[in-house]
Amino acid sequence: MKVLLSANEAVARGGWEAGVEVASAYPGTPSTEILESFARYPDVYAEWATNEKVAMDVAIGAAYAGRRALTCMKHVGLNVAADAFFYASMTGLEAGLVFVSADDPQMHSSQNEQDNRHYAKFARVPCLEPSDSQEAKELVGVALEISEQFDTPVLLRLTTRLCHTDTLVELGERVTKPPTVEKYPRNPAKYVMVPGNARKKHPIIEERIRQLAEFAETFPHNRIEWGQRDLGIVTCGVAYQYAKEVFPEASVLRLGMTYPLPRQMVRDFAAQVERLVVLEELDPFLEEEIRLMGVEVYSGPEPYEGGKSIFPACGELDPGVVRQAAITAGLLPPSAAAPVPQLEKRELPARPPVLCPGCPHRSVFVELRRSKLPIQGDIGCYTLGLLPPLSSIHTCGCMGAGIGVAHGADVAGDEERHVAVIGDSTFFHTGMPALLNVVYNRGKSITVIMDNRITAMTGHQDNPSTGKTLQGQETVKIDFEPLVRALGVEEVHVVDAYDVKAVRDAFKACRQHDGPSVLITRRECALLPEVRRTWLPLRIDPEKCVACWTCIRTGCPALRKSEEIFEKTGRQKAEIDPLLCTGCELCAQLCPNGAILFRDQMGE
Amino acid sequence: MNNVNFLLCGVGGQGTILASDVLTQVGVQAGYDAKKAEVHGMAQRGGSVTSHVRWAEKVYSPLIAKGEVDVLVAFEKLEALRHIEFLRPGGTVVVNDHEIIPITVTSGGAEYPDDEHIRAVLAEVTGDVRWVDGMTIAEELGNVRAANVVLLGALSSLLDVPESIWLEVIEKRVPARYVELNRSAFRRGREAIVSG
Ligand SMILES: Cc1ncc(C[n+]2csc(CCOP(=O)(O)OP(=O)(O)O)c2C)c(N)n1
Repeated sequence: MKVLLSANEAVARGGWEAGVEVASAYPGTPSTEILESFARYPDVYAEWATNEKVAMDVAIGAAYAGRRALTCMKHVGLNVAADAFFYASMTGLEAGLVFVSADDPQMHSSQNEQDNRHYAKFARVPCLEPSDSQEAKELVGVALEISEQFDTPVLLRLTTRLCHTDTLVELGERVTKPPTVEKYPRNPAKYVMVPGNARKKHPIIEERIRQLAEFAETFPHNRIEWGQRDLGIVTCGVAYQYAKEVFPEASVLRLGMTYPLPRQMVRDFAAQVERLVVLEELDPFLEEEIRLMGVEVYSGPEPYEGGKSIFPACGELDPGVVRQAAITAGLLPPSAAAPVPQLEKRELPARPPVLCPGCPHRSVFVELRRSKLPIQGDIGCYTLGLLPPLSSIHTCGCMGAGIGVAHGADVAGDEERHVAVIGDSTFFHTGMPALLNVVYNRGKSITVIMDNRITAMTGHQDNPSTGKTLQGQETVKIDFEPLVRALGVEEVHVVDAYDVKAVRDAFKACRQHDGPSVLITRRECALLPEVRRTWLPLRIDPEKCVACWTCIRTGCPALRKSEEIFEKTGRQKAEIDPLLCTGCELCAQLCPNGAILFRDQMGE
Repeated sequence: MNNVNFLLCGVGGQGTILASDVLTQVGVQAGYDAKKAEVHGMAQRGGSVTSHVRWAEKVYSPLIAKGEVDVLVAFEKLEALRHIEFLRPGGTVVVNDHEIIPITVTSGGAEYPDDEHIRAVLAEVTGDVRWVDGMTIAEELGNVRAANVVLLGALSSLLDVPESIWLEVIEKRVPARYVELNRSAFRRGREAIVSG
């Protein structure tokens, strides 16, 4: 039977069919649906780990114990897990182990567009890349086989376009094997990477990658599709689809394994075509490998000056981008491009992502904006506090960075009081060691933990503060107050994020305290199903509204300017969109004229 | 069988994802190879959302280049204008006659384009623009959230696929208690175009 699946769903299916028993991951777009989907299959164990490094260690442990295992992450997650990635390459394993990296060309939802194929080469780990969902499913099983045959973890690299595209997939049955070991291995020479053992291991992994390069020569997912011989295209991943679309006549060498390369196959292909070009997304990874082999790669009319030829290194490819670049390089005639009309179009208003109506983060940003202090951000929905009219995030680098950056500015002697804001999931991910560092080193930055009781940004995943596991089991519900007290923070305030005055007073107390402090603002994400049931749109009394726009300056999408004019100033009064308002009462508390009705006044 | 490239665009929360899921599955059941690519940024709600859906004997690229969309389905007027460059000149636009004001207009200085401008720009690309009053129809049926299926109904009347396939796919895709609502929404949308 063929069904439509995204590559994420296909990887989950492929893992299940190939007998993966343990999967651990930390959510991150575009990879999140892999584990959400895997967790729904029978007879598997799946968990949300606290971060990618932990998740990878868990998968490695399962593979040491002889069970096929998988972890998946967004591309930057592999930076967090890099230490584990490298030791797993050194030790090898007892049963198949696949690491899925979902890269994000175009940065649809990320801070960079790093190309994780470099990690494969860096750690001498083979890298597989599918071109659609069917192949994504197959390559999970193939990766597990390779992993077991060569005693290596395997990197399966996806990109956003594959992750979020549905294509047809043929479903199969699940095949399981008993654990490959009877007893957990006691094999220090293989598994204890002290220098003495590691030195013996290094030549082994170099030899392993040489053998894998030989294996790649006959690997069925590396294949040549012969067409005309004037143009030969080496390609991989979703770029293969663009190659077929834009150059239907050309010969194509499509690589399902992009590290290590089948060197002979590449040479033979190059020898039989007039011009060889490389079509890949992001970095010139294949191109540089091929050039290093001494094979000539066509780079367009200009002489090659290093870097990437013909196709852009920045951003996502699509048939339009590929065609345009090919025209510029003289591979296609100018007439190949579809005519794009030049329209007399005005500049259109953008639709940036915004904090939702009722978002509990909003009150905190209203307060932080008043303070005018430097605010170190972090990654989550609350990063959107950066946008006007809240405009109160001043740095944001990667998950867990804010607390350390605030402390750094503080110990550097910067006069202003530094504040870090961080979400619940991010605090568990990498915030905890950073806060401990502030306390240990006698810092005095303020840490605001915005506890909305869910990992919201990536689509509501459970975490240690929610009391539920990925597979729906009840579990502990970590409370932040005792946790941060145990980390040594003495000045701790816990408030309801919907209570403006409480947020204000607690923040003031933190500023007055001469030492590290933590403000925990607590309130469930307004989009959680149980919260949705309590939504109650509020109303503005137009008689009382003086058009001061205090409410509008909270940036709540439910507030807008009405047609009605306030005579004295000639400004538009405010009104509330009943389809959007959740009734959080933030604006009602802020209104200086009592013009916004509270929930219990709505009956009047 | 004709190859068809669709671009669906709207605002997060409008049900464009359900609509594009249905459209892709209908393509499969009508015997095509079909692919659906979703393009959306970080927004849970409130941002622009687009889906590329392609029906062909064999589909390669999941994304459609500018100027190569046959049918643009816009769930919101500003989004129709934003994405009109994707349409092949002379292609078809199905547009929901509905405005969702972006935050950059409410609390920033930006301006929502007037109807005259929208119509004029769309007309520069094609004479085949079908306006559908999806919200009013859905409201009449008692649930504004069914507007996406009204639009699907309208779209279906322009395509050569039996109605039964559409209804079968929709019924499988929506929760049981909304099947009747969606069936009516689909039919009303189908008539909306036939009659106007
Ligand atoms: C290393 C890394 N892993 C995962 C992500 C994806 N990601 C972005 S925000 C976020 C979690 C945010 O949750 P939380 O801190 O609770 O804040 P909320 O969105 O709920 O406000 C995740 C997992 C990332 N950006 N970087």
